[in-house]
Amino acid sequence: MLRAEKITKRFGDLVANDALDLAIDAGEIRALLGENGAGKSTLVKVLYGALQPDSGRIIFDEEVLRIANPSAARALGIGMVFQHFSLFEALTVAENIALALPSGRGLAEIARDLKELSARYGLPLDPATPVGDLSVGERQRVEIVRCLMQDPKLIILDEPTSVLTPQESDELFAVLRRLAEEGRAILFISHKLDEVRRLCHSATILRHGKLIGTCDPRKVSKGELSRMMVGEAVADIEVSPPMLGETALELRGLSMPAAGDFSQALHDINLIAPAGLVTAIAGVAGNGQSELFDAISGERLAPDDDMILRRGRPMGHYSINTRRFLGAAFVSEERLGHGAVPSFSLSENVILTHGVTDAMLARRGIIDWSTADDIREDACESFDVRRGVPNPAAGSLSGGNLQKFVVGREVVRQPDLLVINQPTWGVDAAAAAHIRATLSELARKGATVVVISQDLDEIFEIADQVAVLSEGRLSELIPRAELDREHIGLLMAGETSEAVVAA
Amino acid sequence: MRLEFKKRAAPSRVATWLAPVAAFALTLATGALIFLSLGKDPVAGLYYFFVEPLTVAWSLEELVVKMIPLALIAVGLCICFLSSTWNIGAEGQFIVGALAGSSVPILAPWLDGPAMLPLMLLAGFAGGMAYGLIPATLKVRFGANEILTSLMLVYVAELLLDWLVRGPWRNPDGFNMPESAPFPASGRVPAMPFMDVDRLTIAIIITVAAAIIVQFVLSRTLFGYSVRVGGIAPRAARFAGFDANRTVLWALGLSGGFAGLAGILEVAGPIGQLRPAISPGYGFTAIIVAFLARLSPIGCLAAAFVLSLTYIGGEGAQIAMGLSDKMARVFQGILLFFALVCDAFVFYRVRLVTARTGAAPS
Amino acid sequence: MSPDIFLAIAATIVTAATPLLIAALGELVVERSGVLNLGVEGMMIVGAVMAFAGAQWTGSAYAGLALAIVAGMAMASLFALLVLIFRTNQVVTGLALTIFGLGLSGLIGQAFIGFPGVKLQPVLFGFDILVYASLVLTAGIAWFLFRTRTGLILRAVGDNHTSAHAIGHNVIAVRLLAILFGGACAGAAGAYLSLAYTPQWVEGMTAGRGWIALALVVFATWRPVRVLVGAYLFGTVLILQFHAQALGVQVPSQLLNALPYLATIFVLVLISANSRLVQRNTPQCLGKPFAPDV
Repeated sequence: MLRAEKITKRFGDLVANDALDLAIDAGEIRALLGENGAGKSTLVKVLYGALQPDSGRIIFDEEVLRIANPSAARALGIGMVFQHFSLFEALTVAENIALALPSGRGLAEIARDLKELSARYGLPLDPATPVGDLSVGERQRVEIVRCLMQDPKLIILDEPTSVLTPQESDELFAVLRRLAEEGRAILFISHKLDEVRRLCHSATILRHGKLIGTCDPRKVSKGELSRMMVGEAVADIEVSPPMLGETALELRGLSMPAAGDFSQALHDINLIAPAGLVTAIAGVAGNGQSELFDAISGERLAPDDDMILRRGRPMGHYSINTRRFLGAAFVSEERLGHGAVPSFSLSENVILTHGVTDAMLARRGIIDWSTADDIREDACESFDVRRGVPNPAAGSLSGGNLQKFVVGREVVRQPDLLVINQPTWGVDAAAAAHIRATLSELARKGATVVVISQDLDEIFEIADQVAVLSEGRLSELIPRAELDREHIGLLMAGETSEAVVAA
Repeated sequence: MRLEFKKRAAPSRVATWLAPVAAFALTLATGALIFLSLGKDPVAGLYYFFVEPLTVAWSLEELVVKMIPLALIAVGLCICFLSSTWNIGAEGQFIVGALAGSSVPILAPWLDGPAMLPLMLLAGFAGGMAYGLIPATLKVRFGANEILTSLMLVYVAELLLDWLVRGPWRNPDGFNMPESAPFPASGRVPAMPFMDVDRLTIAIIITVAAAIIVQFVLSRTLFGYSVRVGGIAPRAARFAGFDANRTVLWALGLSGGFAGLAGILEVAGPIGQLRPAISPGYGFTAIIVAFLARLSPIGCLAAAFVLSLTYIGGEGAQIAMGLSDKMARVFQGILLFFALVCDAFVFYRVRLVTARTGAAPS
Repeated sequence: MSPDIFLAIAATIVTAATPLLIAALGELVVERSGVLNLGVEGMMIVGAVMAFAGAQWTGSAYAGLALAIVAGMAMASLFALLVLIFRTNQVVTGLALTIFGLGLSGLIGQAFIGFPGVKLQPVLFGFDILVYASLVLTAGIAWFLFRTRTGLILRAVGDNHTSAHAIGHNVIAVRLLAILFGGACAGAAGAYLSLAYTPQWVEGMTAGRGWIALALVVFATWRPVRVLVGAYLFGTVLILQFHAQALGVQVPSQLLNALPYLATIFVLVLISANSRLVQRNTPQCLGKPFAPDV
């Protein structure tokens, strides 16, 4: 149905797509597999008309075409479900859908079609609800229904499961299989090997913008797929048995109201994180992760002082810098604009988290830039941060390198409490492995490490104990020995611990 | 055919220096076109505007006199704009600073003596600061947009000045003129020593010192750092533990203070008394100065000189060619337009994409 | 108070409110598309002087009005070029537009100081065409924004330009048209001042009305009908200052003159204090530059 031949797309010196070929037939579910930065998103943007290739051609239904823009793609019958939803929070579900349809259909008519369609595929939606009020899973439903409203022949889904619980993913897969049975082609972009092996009939694998190969993922082993995707085999981290220390961080009945319309409230969160262990908080994005991070870091102060305890002492009212002063370090989820200032140099970014707490760095409020340079070098060397010049702007580093820098910046303070939100989000495999190893090592040396992560593979790799965050509530802790994917999945979907155990 | 913008990894060094020069050159070219359209000789027009003031001693002095308020206000505005606090009410803070400083000789003439001038300068700074803190407080406390509140307060300040010089503060011996009594000698800013000058005061030393100090504070202190982070990445500022509200209060307070200081230096300097109109829009022109200097306090000194030239040149051209004095404002607006456009080249690599270069070779 | 005086006052309120309403409606559309144009004052005053000039040259107030609309759009296109193509800071560019407009209007208007103006004649019940046009415009914009597909696209662009671009809407084109419409409205609002409100040319005659119009948009939380209410409230304040003196209120004239500005601050504080209301209604991309290919 669709063939892309020798697609090349450059961004400056970077060749994002290097003469890529891709073919997909009616009724086929094809995986586009690759790491972050492998060129998957660029390729699908080209197929969807959002980017123009520098060279190569696209053949759709036996016809060579130039897809000028997304509207043209939609008119051809190519639909797209974006990873970062392209939805409008202030507008209703029906309005969101109307925006992606050709003109000439009234909102009432659209709402009627929408109801019919969502009933047919089991994707319930209320047309009149503003999208801002919907959960992440519901928003994806809007994206999918919006795509289906145009009766597409080819549906492209960009990492659709990254925001779903395992059970929600299963439901999505059922819908996708049904769509394929109707004769539609489905291009499924992912870097998760298990789900690709479960869902897809075929796979195209990319690495560093190049085509590595195609295969039937049901017939090759997971290890083989992984080698094709990552290149060299990724070494497993050796986990030595933990040495249990004192309780270094305790949350006791932590509740916080939502900060705004698009924020999640926290409800009665209890957690004990002992020194020497990696404590992981699992959960689907948007269930209170960043709010929990803000509360533990002190970016937002807890309502009661003794909701957060450090070695038994209340610190809910301490500022973020007082907490740092007492040996804590924090790595936020968003690197650009939160954990680092993109237009500032790395040395300037050292000041961001060290400036107030490091007496050597700022004496009487005057910054000592040479000390900042020393800390920068320390962080960069111990974490192998690759840079062209010694002190580049943070925004010019690749995602993985910048993440290594912001983690390194905190590790060099030798914290006895490290709280890190999504440690390897958008990071290449080698850097991710390095970061995970560092976290484990830090814990083994006696620090308390709290990892907030959406990535279950990551959690299974490094966590000593896991709790699940869902709609602002935290489950009970599960020790490493009792970890089980299905159990965690049900907790992520909002089932209570008792219900999960009973089932 | 379209323009394609690619963000540069780091600002272009060449473009950084070239941009203000290019902006000025483009302004001159546009100015020539305007002169032509007005039926005036463009060469003569540009000469009177931008060359003649530099050739005569008295106008050179006047250039520096006019540059002082522009630079001093702009130095304060750098702090504000770097923190993304949009104080556009410097004109009002200038006026209120002048009023607060003038209140010393007008209301407490018995203070005549060496303490008079320092008190006036202090009161001027404090007055401007207090007036700047009004929009700051309204923003911090109620979230009211400081662009609009600070601007509305300009009109209020102008009317307050008008009321005072026509009412309670009018000179009883002034033949009913709307002016305050002239300040006593102890309440006047001394002229520059060792120089044969008439109107140029030691305010120029204060201005240069202010520029150097603020430059140091912004680039080398934790406070300056917090201002810069707060302006471009508010979330990162919170992560660093900086209080955003505190930054807004300091930024508007300090920039109001510098504007107020400029105000009292003006009325206690070249003017010597309060009048209904004490500023030809210095507070607004200083916004242009700050952006032409790309928010660098030291750079404000040079930019203020250029803008001062438009004022003096405008007066000269008015006399010599019968041009409207509004021509100066037009030049100022155009200069800011071009400064903004040229800055785009500092941060972006700009390329003209034609159908030919943009098409995919098949 | 006799009914006649009451009616006369009501009529003056309408004439004071009309330019605010027209300018604020234009800016509302601009801001709904995600662009903050602080140059309303500058576009308005250029509109005022060009309306006066056009009426002088042709003898027709309508020709003046047409010229003002064109001039407002020309000013707006300058702004659009800078913020949409060169991606300059919208706040600073708007300010530059105002400074430029104030200077340019003075330059053009120099020739017209003291000239008797051409008045826009009433068409119905003693009101001129722009009064009715402003009311129709209010309803028209409300209908356009909330009942048409193009209006929906405009709101979508203002809410999330990245998404709008991703699903294939032309963000730059939508914003360009919105900015031009805003310029046309500001030009017409300026024309109202120099053709109807006080039919003459006075330097700086907008006297901050462009800025008050900007505040009205916030006050109205980006809703056209509320702009109408706000404009008439402000018209009342503007008129009160004249009648207060006639009624023998003993306060300095400067205080009365300051009332509209103080009222603007007061209203802004009042509406902003309800942060939830403002947060929910503010177009999420307001003031943010759109950079598709960075």
